[in-house]
Amino acid sequence: MARIFAYIVHKAGVVDDSAAELAAAARKIDPASSPIAVVTGWGAELDAVCETLRASYNEVWKVANEALAYPNAELVRQALVKVLPSGGIVLVPHAHFGMDLSPGLSIKMNSAFVSDVLGILGVEGSSLKLVRQEFGGQVSAHVRCDASAGAVLNIRPGAFKPQEAAPVNGTIIDKSAEVGALSAKRRYLETVVAEAGDVDITKHAVLVSVGRGIQEKDNIAIAQELADMLGAAVSCSRPVVDAKWLPKSRQVGSSGQTVKPKIYMACGMSGSFQHLAGLKGNPFIVAINKNPKAPIFQVADVGIIADILEFLPELTSKIRETKQVSA
Amino acid sequence: MVEALQSPAQATYWLISGQTLFIILNLLGLACFAYIVTRRMTPLVGGERDFRFDRPFLRLARVSQFWLGQWKHPRYRIAGTIHILIFAGFILLATRAFSLLILGMSENFALPDSSGGIGHVYEIIADYAATIVFLCMIAAAVRRIVFRPARYEVPAKYGEPHKTDAIFLLSLIAILMLSESLFEASKAASLAQQGHTEFLATFSLAWVLRSMLSSASLSTLWNLHRGAYLLDVLTFYFLLCYRPFGIQFHVETSLFNVYFAKLDRGTVKPVRWGVPDEQVDQVKSFGVKTFEDFTWKHMLDFYSCADCGRCSDNCPANAVGRPLSPRFLTIKARDYSFQHYPMFGQAGNGTPLVGGIYSEDEVWSCTTCGACEEECPLLIEYIDKIVDLRRGLVDEGNVPKSIQKALKALEGRGNPYGKMEKKRADWAKAEGFPAPCDVKVLNGKKAAETLYFVDSITSYDDRIQAIGRATARILDNVGTDFGILGATEKDSGHEVRRFGEEMLFMSLRDNNVDAIKASGVQRIVTADPHAYNALKHDYKDVPPVEHISQVIAREVKSGNLKLNPVENRDNVYAYHDPCYLGRHNQVYDDPREVLDGIPGLKRVEMTRCRDRSFCCGGGGLMLFYEPKEEQRMGVKRVQMAAEAGANVIVTACPFCMVNMEDAIKVAGMEGKMTAIDLAELVAQQMVCKRATDGGGADRLAGPAKLVTV
Amino acid sequence: MEDEKKTNFGSATVEILVCVRRVPDTSENEIQLNAAGNDIERDDLVYSVNEPDNYAVEEALQIAAKAGGNVTVVTVGSEDDEEVLRREMAMGANQGVLISDDAFIGSDGKGIATILKAFVQKGKYDLVLTGIQAEDGGAQVGGMLAALLDYPFASLVNSISVLDGKLKISREIEGGNREMSEIDMPCVLSIQTGINEPRYVGMRGIRQVASVEIPTYSASDLGVAPAAVGEAGANVKRVDYFVPALGKGAEMLQGDREEIIAKLIELMKAKGGMN
Repeated sequence: MARIFAYIVHKAGVVDDSAAELAAAARKIDPASSPIAVVTGWGAELDAVCETLRASYNEVWKVANEALAYPNAELVRQALVKVLPSGGIVLVPHAHFGMDLSPGLSIKMNSAFVSDVLGILGVEGSSLKLVRQEFGGQVSAHVRCDASAGAVLNIRPGAFKPQEAAPVNGTIIDKSAEVGALSAKRRYLETVVAEAGDVDITKHAVLVSVGRGIQEKDNIAIAQELADMLGAAVSCSRPVVDAKWLPKSRQVGSSGQTVKPKIYMACGMSGSFQHLAGLKGNPFIVAINKNPKAPIFQVADVGIIADILEFLPELTSKIRETKQVSA
Repeated sequence: MVEALQSPAQATYWLISGQTLFIILNLLGLACFAYIVTRRMTPLVGGERDFRFDRPFLRLARVSQFWLGQWKHPRYRIAGTIHILIFAGFILLATRAFSLLILGMSENFALPDSSGGIGHVYEIIADYAATIVFLCMIAAAVRRIVFRPARYEVPAKYGEPHKTDAIFLLSLIAILMLSESLFEASKAASLAQQGHTEFLATFSLAWVLRSMLSSASLSTLWNLHRGAYLLDVLTFYFLLCYRPFGIQFHVETSLFNVYFAKLDRGTVKPVRWGVPDEQVDQVKSFGVKTFEDFTWKHMLDFYSCADCGRCSDNCPANAVGRPLSPRFLTIKARDYSFQHYPMFGQAGNGTPLVGGIYSEDEVWSCTTCGACEEECPLLIEYIDKIVDLRRGLVDEGNVPKSIQKALKALEGRGNPYGKMEKKRADWAKAEGFPAPCDVKVLNGKKAAETLYFVDSITSYDDRIQAIGRATARILDNVGTDFGILGATEKDSGHEVRRFGEEMLFMSLRDNNVDAIKASGVQRIVTADPHAYNALKHDYKDVPPVEHISQVIAREVKSGNLKLNPVENRDNVYAYHDPCYLGRHNQVYDDPREVLDGIPGLKRVEMTRCRDRSFCCGGGGLMLFYEPKEEQRMGVKRVQMAAEAGANVIVTACPFCMVNMEDAIKVAGMEGKMTAIDLAELVAQQMVCKRATDGGGADRLAGPAKLVTV
Repeated sequence: MEDEKKTNFGSATVEILVCVRRVPDTSENEIQLNAAGNDIERDDLVYSVNEPDNYAVEEALQIAAKAGGNVTVVTVGSEDDEEVLRREMAMGANQGVLISDDAFIGSDGKGIATILKAFVQKGKYDLVLTGIQAEDGGAQVGGMLAALLDYPFASLVNSISVLDGKLKISREIEGGNREMSEIDMPCVLSIQTGINEPRYVGMRGIRQVASVEIPTYSASDLGVAPAAVGEAGANVKRVDYFVPALGKGAEMLQGDREEIIAKLIELMKAKGGMN
């Protein structure tokens, strides 16, 4: 069985949740495997990350280079090509960095590439049996990947639940020397932070979140009334932002904010994975949708089949009544 | 011998003989006017062609109704009355004006028959006319200055107020009346002083002035006489030459504007007159992108606007704060033409209108309801211009994103929802009906005499399918042999055309016409006024079409359809006239007769009803457009229904239904107001012929709360 | 800063190639499994250009309009795919190219990238664009193509400024933030939706380009070895489509509206959501 490597994403010295998920995915490929964490970066932040990883990965390959202080995929790719042996299976989280890094990495390493893997069914010889989705998640597909020359797999965040395991005492192997000089024709300049909106949805314990099902900008008032009644904030998915009904700062998702509320009310949302990727911390998810087949009902804790334009105002009135009674 | 004052022709004005002076003034004035009008006509000559020379008798009849008869003016009582008086005054004074002008050149000029009885009668009439016009000028000025009707106001973004110019013009006309009367009065006063008292119209301006001049010296009178005449001529020509520079140009252009006005309601002008559909591909540029793309008649429209503001006052888009104001659509274009086609110098410019004087939102905001055209006393057309502007935008690819999606779905699937063709007839499946109702699909194997043209929203929208089923049940109940096209039916394309996508419209239309012809039906019925209008006006070579309300009215009248009395006598119903059933096709009475045919049904009229109905917000593609507005049109409308004392608003259009139900929710009026479609109400109340039909409410997908009947 | 959000144009002319794909349109189709359960039901599908690719073409057109240059659209497929090329040409692309060969059927992402690489090398393009992902794709062709060509690459691009010989771009990262970078030309970028507002293409536009010639390139025209592409050369193969058995999922609240609301309020109180 080929060696399995997990590329670790980190920020400001903190390891991303995906690191544990990649370990879980590795075990799906080979239950006996001991995946190697590969992490690039620079300075004290990188050191802190390696220390954290030691507790869950037996082997941590540290690639330190000043040019890699900011994770520029073009440079990271060059470094990885030098450091990683051929024929291995490289797991990368499928998010904006993975989408940037992996396709090119697979070419440079002459290995296969499968994007956005959300299920690993097994191995047959050097062939991996994987599960992907297509058409916006409407259908799933079984995919066979010939990994005889290695493979790069982008793993869907949240698809593989991290497993409870006793902490290990891993070793950090410094591979920085193997990298040499790095230069790329793409140079990082700066990160422009999104304008802070009037409301910081990451700070709210209860979120009333609206999707396409809200239908029109004016209907958002219905959600706002409910939110006001609950002392919550209104958040949304990408289509609502694209239609300019709410500002970007309200978007929950892989290209929006990551939130960790106690209660998340998904109103008129289908439950696309890019949206759910922004939902962390195991909130209590209430899904209200008039389509009984909406994928959100698979991930929600409680589901209600109703037209949100009717249901939400009724819920708001009822809560108002309840408050008046108890007041 | 009574010495009359000399005629001005005989007078001397600062060393110039009156005759010479006035010959010069007349020639100069006319030449000036001719030059100005020629320059004004320049852009029209370069404008697109417009076929307006057909049906001359019909056009003349309309001239007598709308121009001479001032038909639309009384819609605004006070302003209308004032204008009718002014207009009548001008018409009556025309003869005198003409003879006055000649008088300055030929001392003994008198029109034939003027010295006799007719002449005297005319003089009296003319004197009163001048007086009334004069008083109207004061009244108009007072309205402008003191009462300031809202529709005259100019919002800041459109520039300076028009009030000063208006007062200026009113004053000039007043001066004209005064000078005329003074001319008359001074002569009469001079005669009176010699003992020869002419009869002047009592209390007329001339009469009053004569009394004021009763003790003036002859030489004063003479000076006043010639002075008044000079002032009159100067004012006359100043006005004549000034009018083409502003709203007063309508004095000259109104006759032509009304003559050439559009005759065919509910239609949309072709992409280019004279280019048949098959050759439309060859037209280089679709629609209006620059001013020169407008037809000559549309340019004439711009000149003819009297700035009365009635259009914008009735425009629903304007009322809800969308960036559209029809009045300013016209005024801005007029100002553009004045600026780019000046009296002297280079003409023409060809700059894009949208992005210049117009904004995109302005052009997309129009629901084509026709309230503006209904109101305009000069019969100025708006819908064709908006459609042409939209054609220009579509040609450039400049279409709002939300509409692009719907258009793409229409192209791919024949409906704006992107739903599959084979599901178009699902609404008619037996399971949906509360009682057996067989809806034939005319697919070649089955035939029928009547086609029920369902159109997209009724076919696919969960809520609106109930209207389809109600309509089917009614047709079944009155014994109509009918069927639907099913999967071969595509969207009627009514809004596709009015949103400027002419090619897609033609494709949808051709598909439907072929399907209709292949089905062999003899007549068409629809419950969708937009489809009704399309089939009646946009489609050619299809059987005659009726709206379901017309069918029901007829069947109720003949006794073939009986209606049960209402159960809840406390409900008060208000009928909302859909734009494309009412205003565009003038079907106002049939739906009302149907409602009145339901025993015990209490019906009230909203203030804005019939041809003054207030648009619900629009249908077809308009449902996909995201306008910038302060309020929804539908909300205003349900509030109007509530104000009229109603708690049920009855519509006869699926789009009105969507907008009303939406508005009721948004306005927080649930429980206080319900919306119901006419067909749904009739299906509920009708006595069913089929024994097994309970005649009850559509139980599967009806409105959230049907009226408790 | 506001200006950087919109694309700015410098002084160079730019030769742009946009790789597009014809896919079943998810908004106009119900994607369902076929009766055999091994593929999607293809009988009644409406196809159109992949949405992110359309954004890419619009971006290319805007760059070419301001900076000067040409836009070529290319697709790997069959004659059926020509309609998509025509639509993009109706939108304004100067030239459409079809790459078609039986040997290409069944290619995986790497295979497509290999084919496109051969085509790119036949011309002289400063900028190659793809949409970020296709409906039935893996967001991979752009990155692979860049690596094969040894061109720099950036994904999820949502704004482009043309400078001299290089571009200033922004990438969409988490939290709505934008990662600003400079990238040398020639380069490959994969474009995220929302970068611009694509212009409308109506039937009229399409009819106007209906008879424009679209050259077709075969495997031999490009000099692509059959072993590297097609089914034979594919490392990743889709075996079938399926709809996963639904797991337990949410507890669906039952009862009439009032009962459901009461239960919901109870649950939310218990979870600490009502204070």
